[in-house]
Amino acid sequence: MKFGIQINEGPYTHEASTTALNFVSAAIEAGHEIFRVFFYHDGVNNGTRYTTPPQDDRNIVNAWSELAEKHDIDLVVCVAAAQRRGIVDEGEQERNGKDGNNIAPGFRISGLGQLIEAGIQSDRLVVFGD
Amino acid sequence: MSTLHTINKSPFDRNSLGSCLRVISDSDAILLIEDGIYAATSGTIFSDVVKAAVQSHSVYVLGPDLSARGMKEDGIVEGVNVVDYEGFVDLVTEYDKTNSWL
Repeated sequence: MKFGIQINEGPYTHEASTTALNFVSAAIEAGHEIFRVFFYHDGVNNGTRYTTPPQDDRNIVNAWSELAEKHDIDLVVCVAAAQRRGIVDEGEQERNGKDGNNIAPGFRISGLGQLIEAGIQSDRLVVFGD
Repeated sequence: MSTLHTINKSPFDRNSLGSCLRVISDSDAILLIEDGIYAATSGTIFSDVVKAAVQSHSVYVLGPDLSARGMKEDGIVEGVNVVDYEGFVDLVTEYDKTNSWL
């Protein structure tokens, strides 16, 4: 089955990102396909490579990047939510005249259409959040 | 059309379980995850609510979230089924759609 995943919560707010990571891993393990993970609202904070938790804590951003690389998962950050929260890729840096960017490996910034498409193309859309 | 309802907040914190139970259809099921697992513990003021829910619906609780909070499987309301993440994925496929009560 094809799964679309939506994440509305930051990586260290409560537990949603960790639950989603575990769910995605279990789905892949069971032979399902992850069509896309869409990060919305505070969920966009999953996509900054400047996240530096203590060494004995979970690095959730890296966990997403590694999972995406290993299984070729499309990680999409909502552009409007990202702009509000200072999540920037090279294109947005240039477009908005910023002095740097912070998007984590494996993530890309795009629009809400990507969420709608995930809803249409996937057999199931599962939302994790606060 | 059947729906799997996921609830991730404790009933002592929010009323998402109560809201869910007001609108749930006969063919639907409930999965308690994250702090939602506290609804499944026996001996609380919400235990009777869950006891009533298991009479008419399948109610599941995510085992790893129970143990992450030091809760034991033998301390949950009778009739609530414990699943792992593999079971979570299976439930999502088994029901036509998933509704997350955030």
